[in-house]
Amino acid sequence: MADKTLTINGQVVQAQEGQTLLQAAREAGFPIPTLCHLEGLSDPGSCRVCMVEQTGSSRLLPACTTRVSDHLVIETNSKRVREERRKVVELLFAERNHVCAVCVACGHCELQDLAIEVGMDHVRFDYDHPDCKIDLSHHLYGIDHNRCVLCTRCVRACDEVEGAHTWDVAGWGKETRVVTDHGQPWGNSETCTSCGKCVQACPTAAIFIKGMTVAESRKHPAEIGFLVKSREHLHCQD
Amino acid sequence: MDLHFHGPDATLTERSVVDSVLGLPPSEGPGGLRITRDEGHHSLVQRSKLLPAFHAVQNRFGWIPPGAMDYICRRLSVPPAEAHGVASFYHMFTLKSTPPTVVHVCDDVACRIKGSEGLCTELQHALGAEGWKRSPCLGQCERAPAALVVRAGETPSATSVAPANSQSLLAARAADLPASADTRESIRASVPQFGSDNLRLLSRVGRVNPCSLEAYQASGGYSALTKGILQGPEAVIAEVMASKLMGRGGAAFPTGRKWEAVAKAPARPHYVVCNADESEPGTFKDRVLMEGDPFAVIEGMTIAGLATGSEQGYLYIRGEYPQATERLKHALEAARAAHLLGPKILGSSFSFDIELRSGAGAYICGEETALFNSIEGKRGEPRNKPPFPVHVGLFGKPTVINNVETLVNIPQILALGGEAYSRIGTAGSAGPKLFCVSGHVTRPGVYEVDFGITLGQLIQQAGGVAGGKAIRAVLLGGAAGSFVGPDQLNIPLSFEGTRAAGASLGSGVVLVFDESVDLADILLRIAAFFRDESCGQCVPCRVGTVRQEELLHRLRSGKPMRSYADELELLKEIGQVMRDASICGLGQAASNAVESAFATLNPMPKVAQIR
Repeated sequence: MADKTLTINGQVVQAQEGQTLLQAAREAGFPIPTLCHLEGLSDPGSCRVCMVEQTGSSRLLPACTTRVSDHLVIETNSKRVREERRKVVELLFAERNHVCAVCVACGHCELQDLAIEVGMDHVRFDYDHPDCKIDLSHHLYGIDHNRCVLCTRCVRACDEVEGAHTWDVAGWGKETRVVTDHGQPWGNSETCTSCGKCVQACPTAAIFIKGMTVAESRKHPAEIGFLVKSREHLHCQD
Repeated sequence: MDLHFHGPDATLTERSVVDSVLGLPPSEGPGGLRITRDEGHHSLVQRSKLLPAFHAVQNRFGWIPPGAMDYICRRLSVPPAEAHGVASFYHMFTLKSTPPTVVHVCDDVACRIKGSEGLCTELQHALGAEGWKRSPCLGQCERAPAALVVRAGETPSATSVAPANSQSLLAARAADLPASADTRESIRASVPQFGSDNLRLLSRVGRVNPCSLEAYQASGGYSALTKGILQGPEAVIAEVMASKLMGRGGAAFPTGRKWEAVAKAPARPHYVVCNADESEPGTFKDRVLMEGDPFAVIEGMTIAGLATGSEQGYLYIRGEYPQATERLKHALEAARAAHLLGPKILGSSFSFDIELRSGAGAYICGEETALFNSIEGKRGEPRNKPPFPVHVGLFGKPTVINNVETLVNIPQILALGGEAYSRIGTAGSAGPKLFCVSGHVTRPGVYEVDFGITLGQLIQQAGGVAGGKAIRAVLLGGAAGSFVGPDQLNIPLSFEGTRAAGASLGSGVVLVFDESVDLADILLRIAAFFRDESCGQCVPCRVGTVRQEELLHRLRSGKPMRSYADELELLKEIGQVMRDASICGLGQAASNAVESAFATLNPMPKVAQIR
């Protein structure tokens, strides 16, 4: 594959054709915060947290879905980018009922970490307090829609890695919810294999293992990526 | 992948309705289509029958019963969660049992100022909550207020009623209205310039029978395609390039460059898509073209197919346009019967066919990549660009997607010659242009003018403001466009002229408000429109549109959370993050109208500003 040469934060960087800006920047040592991105899964580019600024363009680019190209000049941490990320996280917090103080994921939540990382220390909107349901019908797991950020990592882990496609997104706009099968309770789902990949993929405490203490409910999202890598490795040996 | 199903089996009727779209199942067993990797492209195309199947079920039963849903999943090998997600995305599909007849009342901007609220109150009184619902713009703005009566059953029907009152709606609801016998008379009301000799795009509308291929050909139709086939694809693209035609859907991208990129794309097959999902509030020009001159749309698409080396086209029309859909269906059949579509068109080696696909009530599907997803049978969520449609479009293949009006320009260009066409209009905006003039004007309708006429001249042509009142504001370009004030009527209506004035032509909307209008109310309706039409995929738009509406409510009610100036600052910030970070044009433009109104028109009541 051909190499591409681009400039990230003033540094000339070599990247492989087909790589994303996110991969190239991370390899070059420039961290970019992400939320809907999870190693091993496809990228919808929907959370808009990883946006970077392209010099000479009025638009911001999602780093997770934009491919590297020659002569691209990007800034991953400009003032405009930092402002935009802070505002997106602020909007996310105000959307549902994210109250860290009473949340089981407090201290090991990707949304909370993200807020700290981008400096989102207060929300200027009234919380919307939507009437979200909690579904505890599954014998092992539960889902609390109050804490869902619609990153769709559960949907993709279930479809792309487990192959069950139990989860999908239903409705539209502010009424969008993740659902199982025909929108029935999770416990009635006939496709769910109870593998728990959605639990590990979920960045917040929206999908959780029932009966866990706060300390036990730490997630291991990297396991999804590990699983995918291992399978690729097996394929290579074939 | 093994699929698991549950719930009630489909009834015989449900199965036959689904089979009428998908064909009979290949075997007696329950197994359906097997999607394997080897089939790749073919299985994707098969899978795209999901929406047509939903439409058939919805039209028959008024909702999508679980048994039918299950059967569709089996037949198309779609996981239940995915099918549920798709069906629940579109406003016109319902997953709960509803009455077979539902009246959709447009309460969007143009109808709102013509009394749609009163209509809603009367219907609520007469029908209760179940029998009617509010709808965003139905594209009948020149005859506001408008409604759509949708009836499910063995002979499903959908009837546009405009202008509507509660009596006419209840009558339409109670009885099967016969389709109007004269196909030309009714549409003339939408074209105030009817009878003028200077019309190009509208020359056949109301004059030539839209249901007769012979009449179309007798008025010069299909001579452009004949010429194009003789000249060959490269010459056609050269003509379109020379014409300087720019897309009429709102983005104003040079059509010739799009065509050339697709023609040169190495991946096969190529597709042509006609974007007839005209949903921008205040826009109705494409509807008038499709109802009044459907063959011209088909001829334009066929020429696009010829030029870009495509054999298959898709015409995606919004679900709220029953009459235009009927006309196009008929026109497609007639063209096919006359070998103007199908294999070896006009005896040449060029083959091309068009499939008609109906939308199901989602403004976002007018966004090109969302439209592709919708044709593919997915949720109509826009894709990240790049890659652009000319490289990775419908079914992942190079695709040219053009608006209806753009395509109707194509036969004109081939007839006149690209060079001559480019001299119509202004230096930066070539050709004739349709404008949708509505609101408080004496003669609302579609107007065809050359680019460069001023906004004031166009409003004068439409008879000026009714009742001699003063203009309060004009919404230019639709809900995604911007407001201009009465002091800006000298804006030249061209791409460069509006850009210089900080506005945009968008889809050609000119919605005029007189001094009696409550602009704050209009802004709230526009904000509610974007909140309700946001697909929900990306955060800035999904949440930002909610916050924008909420903030406007606070300002209007005179109960700001902070000082008026700080509230305005926050409003600007919301607009900025939507513009910077949204995936598609919906979020990027969702604050345009609001911000432009605050910039010059002082839309909020005085009492709100004191606090």
